[in-house]
Amino acid sequence: MSAGQGMGASVARKEDRRFLLGKGRYTDDIVLPNQSYAVFVRSPHAHAAIRSIDASQALALPGVLAVLTGEDVAADGLGGIPCGWTITSKDGSKMVAPPHPSLVHKTARHVGDPVAMVIAETKAQAKDAAQLVEVDYDPLPAVAHLNAAVAEGAPAVWAEAPGNVCFDWHIGDAAATEAQFAGADRIVALDLTNNRIAPNAIEPRAANGHYDDVEDRWTLYTTTQNPHLTRLLLGAFTLKVPEHKLRVVAPDVGGGFGSKIFHYAEELLVLWASKRVGRPVKWTSSRSEAFLSDAHGRDHVTHAELAVSNDGKFRGLRVRTLANMGAYLSTFAPAIPTYLHATLLSGPYVIPAIYAEVKAIFTHTVPVDAVRGAGRPEATYLLERLVDQAARELGIDRVEIRRKNLIQPDQFPYQTPVALQYDIGDYPATLDMALQAIQHDKLEERKAASKQRGKLRGFGISTYIEACGIAPSALVGSLGAGAGLYEAATVRVHPTGSVSVFTGTHSHGQGHETTFAQLVNERLGIPIENVEIVHGDTDRIPFGMGTYGSRSAAVGGSAIYKAIDKIVDKGKKIAAHLLEASVADVEFADGKYRVVGTDREKTFAEIAFTAYVPHNYPIETVEPGLEDSAFYDPKNFTFPGGCHCVEVEVDPETGVVQVTDVAIADDVGVVINPMIVDGQAHGGLAQGIGQALYEECVYDSEGQLLSGSFMGYTMPRAADLPSFKVGNHVTACTHNPVGIKGVGEVGAIGVPPAVINAVIDALAPLGVTHIDMPATPEKVWRAIRAAGGVQ
Amino acid sequence: MATIGLKVNGRDHVVDVEPRTLLVELLREHLRLTGTHVGCDTSQCGACTVWVDGKSVKSCTMLAVEAEGRAVTSIEGLATNGELHPMQAAFHTCHGLQCGFCTPGMVMSATELVTRNPNPSEEEVRHGLEGNLCRCTGYHNIVRAVLTAAETLRGGAQ
Repeated sequence: MSAGQGMGASVARKEDRRFLLGKGRYTDDIVLPNQSYAVFVRSPHAHAAIRSIDASQALALPGVLAVLTGEDVAADGLGGIPCGWTITSKDGSKMVAPPHPSLVHKTARHVGDPVAMVIAETKAQAKDAAQLVEVDYDPLPAVAHLNAAVAEGAPAVWAEAPGNVCFDWHIGDAAATEAQFAGADRIVALDLTNNRIAPNAIEPRAANGHYDDVEDRWTLYTTTQNPHLTRLLLGAFTLKVPEHKLRVVAPDVGGGFGSKIFHYAEELLVLWASKRVGRPVKWTSSRSEAFLSDAHGRDHVTHAELAVSNDGKFRGLRVRTLANMGAYLSTFAPAIPTYLHATLLSGPYVIPAIYAEVKAIFTHTVPVDAVRGAGRPEATYLLERLVDQAARELGIDRVEIRRKNLIQPDQFPYQTPVALQYDIGDYPATLDMALQAIQHDKLEERKAASKQRGKLRGFGISTYIEACGIAPSALVGSLGAGAGLYEAATVRVHPTGSVSVFTGTHSHGQGHETTFAQLVNERLGIPIENVEIVHGDTDRIPFGMGTYGSRSAAVGGSAIYKAIDKIVDKGKKIAAHLLEASVADVEFADGKYRVVGTDREKTFAEIAFTAYVPHNYPIETVEPGLEDSAFYDPKNFTFPGGCHCVEVEVDPETGVVQVTDVAIADDVGVVINPMIVDGQAHGGLAQGIGQALYEECVYDSEGQLLSGSFMGYTMPRAADLPSFKVGNHVTACTHNPVGIKGVGEVGAIGVPPAVINAVIDALAPLGVTHIDMPATPEKVWRAIRAAGGVQ
Repeated sequence: MATIGLKVNGRDHVVDVEPRTLLVELLREHLRLTGTHVGCDTSQCGACTVWVDGKSVKSCTMLAVEAEGRAVTSIEGLATNGELHPMQAAFHTCHGLQCGFCTPGMVMSATELVTRNPNPSEEEVRHGLEGNLCRCTGYHNIVRAVLTAAETLRGGAQ
C-alpha cells in the first residue's frame, strides 16, 4: 500500500504544488482586516547621539497613524531584545551584555539601528512619512573592523566593555599544547580572515502584528524559523505578556539560513504598535533594509598554528580568534565563535592537544549571529587551510597528509581535546569516494588541458566534520544556553486512520511536510498522502525549539519516532483485545497487528477506528483515542562529516575564478529522502562557494556598509556554479532512534576551504601561497602580481 | 490616481493606481495575486518576474501604468485548469524548489527561456537564468528541471 514512500525513497515533495501555482502563503501575503503598515526610520550613522526627533511633518501627512520612538518604547516598559547565551571569560567573569533596545533612545550604534517607527494606512504613506521624520544626530567616532576595534584608543561601542571586549574565552589545555609545540619538528602558521556574509534568504523578513482587544490576545505572523522561541522571548522578555495570550505563526517562510532564528525588534514593535493604533500593523523589509537589520554571519580574524612532525603527523593546534559581535548581542551570537567553533577545531583528525582563545569584540556594525554552518565553517576553514599549508611546507601530498591524520573508523567513540566526543564516522571512506567522483587520478591531464586554454587549473580538498542535531539540553545549559534544545512532537491518529503530526520544528524549504510524512509511513505503513505535518503555529503545535543547526530530522524526527512508539504500543493493547491474544504475542509490522505465528491480524486503520469507537474495547485498562506526544532530548550532538573536492580554473589575466568541478562525499547518517538530502547539500555548496569567491559585507572604516544591496553584494548565480556530484556514505548516528545526523549545513561548512585551496593550488606555480576569502577577481589579480607571477 | 486597463492571466481588469505604483504592487496589492514575490529593491533577484505580452519582465522595474493595454501573465496564469505546466511539473519531479520564494519568478523566466530556445544546453540554461537568484537549491536541480521541461515540451510539439 505504501511501497516506496518510506525511509530511503526519493518521493517528490508534497509541499511543491502550492509554491508552483503561486499559492504559497508567506507573511507579506497576509493582509488582515483594517491592516496598517509600518516603515522604520534607521540611523544613517554608525555611531551617533540622537539629540531630538521631530515627527510633526510626518504626522501631518494623510493616512499617518503614529510615529513611535525609543522614548515611547521606554515609557511603555517594553523589554530590550535578550541574548540567549552567556559566555564566561577566562577570568571567570560573565560576558558584557549591553542593553539592546528595540528602538534606540539616545544613541545609535550601527547604520540601520532603528530610531523611529512610522505607521500609516498604506505602505506608500508610511514610506513618505518616514522621509519627513527629522532626526537630529550628533555623529560620534565609529569603528567597524576587528583589528581597529581592539587597537589602543579605538572608539568605544559600550562604556561597560573596555577595549570593546565582550568576552575573552578559551578552551583546551594550554600547557599540553605548549608541550606538543615545543617538541614538534615544524610549526605552520597562518593569519586568516573569515569574511562577514549576509544570509540573504530571498524572502525578506516581515512581521504582521495584531492585538485583539476583545480577547485581549496578540497574534504575530512572522518570518521565523522557530515560532515558539519567538513567543517565549516575547512573553518573558520583550512584550511581557503571558504565553496563552500570545500566538506566533510562521506561515510559509522563504528560506532562513539562520537569519530567521532570532527574535528581532520588529516582531515586538508591530505587536506593540498594533495595540497603540488599534489596527494590525505589518512591516516588510526591503532588501537594502535586510542588509542593515538581518544578523550577519562569520567575521573572524584568526592567527592559527599547527605543530607537525616531519612525517606529517599533527601534534598540536593553537588558535587565537577575534570574533565580531557587531553593536549588540543577537540571540545566539556568543555561542557561535565559542561552542560552535572552537569545539570543532579537531576536525576529523587526531590532534593530541588543542588550545584556542576567542575574544568577542563589539563594533559599530550589524549584529553577527548564526548563518548556515555557524562557527563550524570558521573552524573548518582555518584547519583545512593549515593542513594544506603544512603539506606544502613539508612537501607531502595534500591528500596523503589528510589520510595520515584522519581518525580511523575503529577509533570511535573518539574524544577530542576540545570537549566533543564523536560517536561514529568513516572518514577514509568519504575521502576515497570524493576523490573517485572528481577523478582525481586524471587531474594532471585536466591541468594540462586548461593550460592550453591559457587557464590555471587548481584542485582543492577539505575533509571536515561538524556538530549538528543541536543539542543536549543539560550540556548546552552547562555551557551558558538559556534554553533547552530538545524537540517535541504530537502524533494524532484520526478515527479512520489518517494522521496529523504536530512538530515544534519549522520547515522553510527543508521539505518536512514530505520527509516527516515518510517517517510516519515507515513506521505505520500509512501513505504519505494521508499524513499531514503541522508546523509553525504556536496555537496548534507543541512547545518546541524550531529549526536550525541541522536539527529537525535528527531531533524533531526522533521526537516523532518516540511518539509513534507510544502509539504502536497502545495499538498493541487494543489489538490484543480484539484478537483475544496476550499483548506480548502481538507484533506490529507493515501496517498490521498480528498474533505472532498466526494469520490473525488487524489493520492499523481498524485499530484507530476501534480506539475512537470503543464498543468492543479494553476500556478498564486502555483509554480511548489514539494520540500521543513525545519530547526528545538528544544524548549528544550528531557528527556529519565527509570530504569536499573542488577544481577551479583561474584566468591569470583577469583574476576571474570559475569553479569547474565539485564532487563531495558526505556522511549525514541515515537518509530519509535522498533527493531532498542532495538538494540540501547543493544549496549549502552554493552558499559555501559564495562565501569563498563572491560574498562579503564590506564596511568602510566609518562603519558605512558599502555592499548594502544586491548591486554591491555578489550573490552566486546559476552561471557561476557547475553541476555538483554528491555522494553519501552512511554510518548511522549511534544515539538517536532514526540514525540521522543532519545535512542542512554540510555544504556551507566543507566547501569554502576546498575552493580556496584550489585557487591557491592553481596559483602556486606563480608563487602565490595565500589568499583571503572572497577570492574576487581583483584580489586574485593583485595576488598574482604581488607574487611576480605575471608582469 | 490613474485608471488603467490591462489583461492579467486572461482576465480584463480596470484598476485605479497611483502613478508611482509598480506592476508588482498592482499584482500583489490591488489584484491580490501574491504568487509574484519581491526579493530585492534593485531588480537583481527576479522573484517578481512575470510576462508582459509574452516576454519576461521584472515587475518591480515596470510602472503599473506602463502595463496599460498589455497582457500580463503571472505564475497564477501558467497552469491550465489546475494542471501544472510542464515547467512546473519538471520543477516538482526534479526537486527544483525548496522554500518556494524564488520559484514563481524562476519558473516564469525558465518557461520563456525554453520558448525562445527550445533545445538549450546546460550552459545556455545557466546563462539564461542569470536574472534570477535562488538561495536554496544551488541551481543544480533548477537547471535539471529546465532541461527536463524543454525535452518534454519538444516532445509535445512533435
